[in-house]
Amino acid sequence: MSGANDPYDPKQVAALSAEALDAAVSAAVEAFGAAADLAALAAVRPAHLGDRAPVLLARRELGALPPAARSDAGKRVNAARVAVTEAYEGRLAELEAERDARALAEERVDVTLPWDRAPRGARHPLTTLMDRIADVFVGMGYEVAEGPELEAEWLNFDALNIGRDHPARSMMDTFFVAPEDSGLVLRTHTSPVQARTMLSRTPPIYVVAPGRVYRTDELDATHTPVFHQVEGLAIDRGLTMAHLKGTLDHLARQMFGPDAVTRWRPSYFPFTEPSAEFDVWFPEHRDGPRWVEWGGCGMVNPRVLVACGIDPEEFSGFAFGMGIERGLMFRSGISDMRDIVEGDVRFTRAFGVEL
Amino acid sequence: MRVPIGWLAEYVDVPAGTSVEDLDSAFVRLGLEVEEIHRPEPVTGPLVVGRVLEIEELTDFKKPIRFCRVDVGEAVAGDGGRGGVVGIVCGARNFAAGDAVVVALPGAVLPGGFEIASRKTYDRISDGMICSVRELGVGDDHAGILVLGDDAPAPGTPAGPLVGLDDVVIELAVTPDRGYCLSMRGIAREMGTGLGVDRRDPGAVGLPAWSGEPAWQVRVEDADRCDRFSMIALEGLDPSAPSPWWMRRRLAQSGVRSISLAVDVTNYVMLELGQPMHAFDRDAVTGPIVVRRARAGERLTTLDGADRALDADDLLVTDDTGPIGLAAVMGGATTEIGDGTTSVLLEAAHWEPTGVARTARRHRLPSEAAKRFERGVDPEMTTAALVRAAELLARYGGARVVGSAVDVDTRRPRVPIPLEASKPSRVAGVAYPPARVVELLTAVGCAVEGAEGPLSVTPPSWRPDLTDPADLVEEVLRLAGYDDIPSVLPTAPPGRGLTDGQRRRRSIGRTLAEAGYVEAPAYPFVGEAALDALGLPADDERRQVVVVRNPLSEEEPALRTTLLPGLLATLARNLARGQRDVALFEHGAVFPGARRAPAPLPGVDRRPDDATLAAVLGAVPAQPWHVAVALTGSREARGWWGAGRPAEWADAVQAARLVAQTAGVELTVRAGDRAPWHPGRCAELLVGDAVVGYAGELHPRVCAALELPPRTSVMELDVDALPAAPVPVGPPISAFPPVLTDLALVVAAEVASADVEAALRDGAGALLESIRLFDVYTGAPVPEGQKSLAYALTLRAPDRTLTGEEAGEVRQRAVALAGERTGAVLRG
Repeated sequence: MSGANDPYDPKQVAALSAEALDAAVSAAVEAFGAAADLAALAAVRPAHLGDRAPVLLARRELGALPPAARSDAGKRVNAARVAVTEAYEGRLAELEAERDARALAEERVDVTLPWDRAPRGARHPLTTLMDRIADVFVGMGYEVAEGPELEAEWLNFDALNIGRDHPARSMMDTFFVAPEDSGLVLRTHTSPVQARTMLSRTPPIYVVAPGRVYRTDELDATHTPVFHQVEGLAIDRGLTMAHLKGTLDHLARQMFGPDAVTRWRPSYFPFTEPSAEFDVWFPEHRDGPRWVEWGGCGMVNPRVLVACGIDPEEFSGFAFGMGIERGLMFRSGISDMRDIVEGDVRFTRAFGVEL
Repeated sequence: MRVPIGWLAEYVDVPAGTSVEDLDSAFVRLGLEVEEIHRPEPVTGPLVVGRVLEIEELTDFKKPIRFCRVDVGEAVAGDGGRGGVVGIVCGARNFAAGDAVVVALPGAVLPGGFEIASRKTYDRISDGMICSVRELGVGDDHAGILVLGDDAPAPGTPAGPLVGLDDVVIELAVTPDRGYCLSMRGIAREMGTGLGVDRRDPGAVGLPAWSGEPAWQVRVEDADRCDRFSMIALEGLDPSAPSPWWMRRRLAQSGVRSISLAVDVTNYVMLELGQPMHAFDRDAVTGPIVVRRARAGERLTTLDGADRALDADDLLVTDDTGPIGLAAVMGGATTEIGDGTTSVLLEAAHWEPTGVARTARRHRLPSEAAKRFERGVDPEMTTAALVRAAELLARYGGARVVGSAVDVDTRRPRVPIPLEASKPSRVAGVAYPPARVVELLTAVGCAVEGAEGPLSVTPPSWRPDLTDPADLVEEVLRLAGYDDIPSVLPTAPPGRGLTDGQRRRRSIGRTLAEAGYVEAPAYPFVGEAALDALGLPADDERRQVVVVRNPLSEEEPALRTTLLPGLLATLARNLARGQRDVALFEHGAVFPGARRAPAPLPGVDRRPDDATLAAVLGAVPAQPWHVAVALTGSREARGWWGAGRPAEWADAVQAARLVAQTAGVELTVRAGDRAPWHPGRCAELLVGDAVVGYAGELHPRVCAALELPPRTSVMELDVDALPAAPVPVGPPISAFPPVLTDLALVVAAEVASADVEAALRDGAGALLESIRLFDVYTGAPVPEGQKSLAYALTLRAPDRTLTGEEAGEVRQRAVALAGERTGAVLRG
């Protein structure tokens, strides 16, 4: 090895010749290229980039050169070193990429395998349909009102202008509650919620009341003794049947698409006057577009307003109600009521958590 | 109400080309719901009137057979030179030579595809068939051959129209306010208006000049409930005279059975005019007729054979012997028209509706008469109905009216209803000119005074339902047509959205659904058996039930106090249908049955006073909202990933935790003991100190009783008992590194892990970020009767990096407190 102050020894600096450096680079490139894997590459690295590698040894000889020759030789040595390093890193990257690709290929899985470990639950479509209808009204500023299923007879009938000896009362197929003088029934409709609301609040009132109701019908393909309704009630100054129609048309569009509208038929409910039953035009019906019977509606009978302490000269209002089972049946193409009632998980799961 | 179109057309000039569908939609527009359209089955080919010329009795066969020569007119005159007389073999015997009958000739096809052909039978050629009502498909009369009356048209006349073969019947659902539409007269009035055509009023009949003594002595003691009572007497009725075919046919079309001429006539007139009538056997009535309330202890055997104890509120028709009829509802047996009745008292009266409703309900007698009176009958019709009935009984039964008609009439004039002419417009949101309002009310039959501004409207006698201005408004809107009403959205004031409680219920349902439970709402009816199957002790509060007086099933007369019976029944149904892994939930009201004061029934002419209203509302029991789950089979399915995991008690408890978490409240779980749970696998669920529910595995006896798989697990929780959730506070999040440390404690096997965990938490204090039990171990080297609980603790300070020394102290404090409270020892 030559020290800085050693005299110039041409033999020793032969390592700095262009030929020698080119040969060292070529040898390194060849050796790296020949390395088949990362281990082999690591094994040959010291010989070409280690402390005793030719290009590193050559660098040490630079000090022995006269200043005039040093700059030129320094450039050569540096270039050689960079070339060897690049050759190494290039090969290293190649081999690493190969290794990674191999490893990833080995980890390949069948992504189509099922993963149904956890059971699939669902909400009942009656629940989700009621929620959906309620949401339409909440969006219009209505509030959701509630009342009990076991209800005072007075609220279920009398307050709604269904007198004790009125034929409509016996037509309601009521479940009565013992003892005979209990004054309680299983509510036959959600309309007592109207009375409760009017008795407890002052107009303006805009409420919607979904809930479970009862009639003494045996279960068959189209009837069930326990079913659900959604009731709506609006009491304000200057409300007309046109507002009722607008409200029902809006609901129809939200539930049955932009082309849905309602059509009315004169009917009779003791608590509304005038009264109508309404059909909805349902373009997506399973058996083709058609009118489907949906519910009842009307202007709140002034007698009901009086019984609930609201001045019919100042306020008017409308009310409407529809059967949820019925709506579900035609909206979802269900032909047998029993499927809705029996709680078969195959039925309910088909509806998921939203409708 | 069934409306035969042929009958309707007698009163209404139905325009040519009007289809059944046109009538259908006209009815619907008028507010008369069409329930069903009955179309007779078609008969094709030759069906004609025939006259029986001669009958030859054939006696060589097992049963008597007749061979008849029947004149069938010109229709087949050219056929084989038989000159319109054919031979027909017939097995029925209810006709005689000279009778007019209906003959189906060869080539005719009767209902049911029954083809008529010439054929040889009983050694004769039979060239057709003499038809019965049944074979024609126009009735269920078993009596034999349909014999037309003496007024039958000539032989050869097509018989189809004659027997009403082409007569469609439209069945209407009449709403309770429209009693007048329970008659052809009312329907004709509506249809005339609806189609805009002329109509005739079958009730427009004058009282003939009957003279002499009044038919009977009549006294009405309760004029409030009977404001008109009319009666005539008839004599000389031929008790064997049959009802004419056309009447029987119309009764059959209307769903009324033919009984005898006298009864058929009263029924027919009721259908025609809407006035129910009653016929008494005059010879069985003794002394004056008195209309009065029942007296204590009185009884009456009604026409249906039932012996009835009468109520002081029942209104009666009586004679010297006592009650002879339950007014407006049903006649009595003692004065019934019999096979030999020749003299008749005919009653047509007007009864007050609510009294009729009470009597009909009390005696469970929803008769056709009661149905009409409850809904309102035109009081003008009593005498018209008597005249009409007398006419029919004279014509077909030879009866003649004797004496003059009785007519006790104490009606008060109707009070006019004031109506602002602009009111209908204000209700509808449609401008109706006053003249239009007057025109429409007049079309209804009202007498209207005034032309605009305040009108004075007197409704017609047949519309007792019109009492308020709102009723008149409805008539205007109905006749103008609902299609005129525009669609306008009102603007509601800003709302509050859903309440916290409503949002909580929705979230709970959604959470359980997302956790794999399927919502299964069940009927809330339960019986003793279901509560017994759950093994509820005799004094369990869930046995205090609300009982329904008229349950659908005597087995299940009560309302549920727990969701479990319905939920477990649904679970069993799913298993029976081949499901194995089922997880269900239900949320809904339960009905605890505490005894309460009866709910009052105040009047409705004003808002009840506050005390009365409070009594009404207070009489309604609280109906708490519960949530329950039930699960069996695998909670996690087996699959290519490996084995599944069976559903167990822990899933049920976890469902409760999920519910509480969703509701934003902290749930405490401790060991409990309550039916129907397994006593060693029952978790009591608390919020604070209040027990809100239970969860765990069902008692093996309950599984056995309900035929459910062993280890079926359930949870039930009272959602209404959960307190309101506090507004959540955002925790400070420390970015300093945590210290993770595990520790294993050995405790007695019966120590609750929750207690150990609570002690560790309390001992560790504020630096404990989280703690998780990751292993429970029993067996060597842990001594018998003990278990090892392994916890992973995450410790972290909010403001600095914890030193190992600090962490060690925390750990030590935690272990020390656990040792103190639960006897836990750090495992070496």
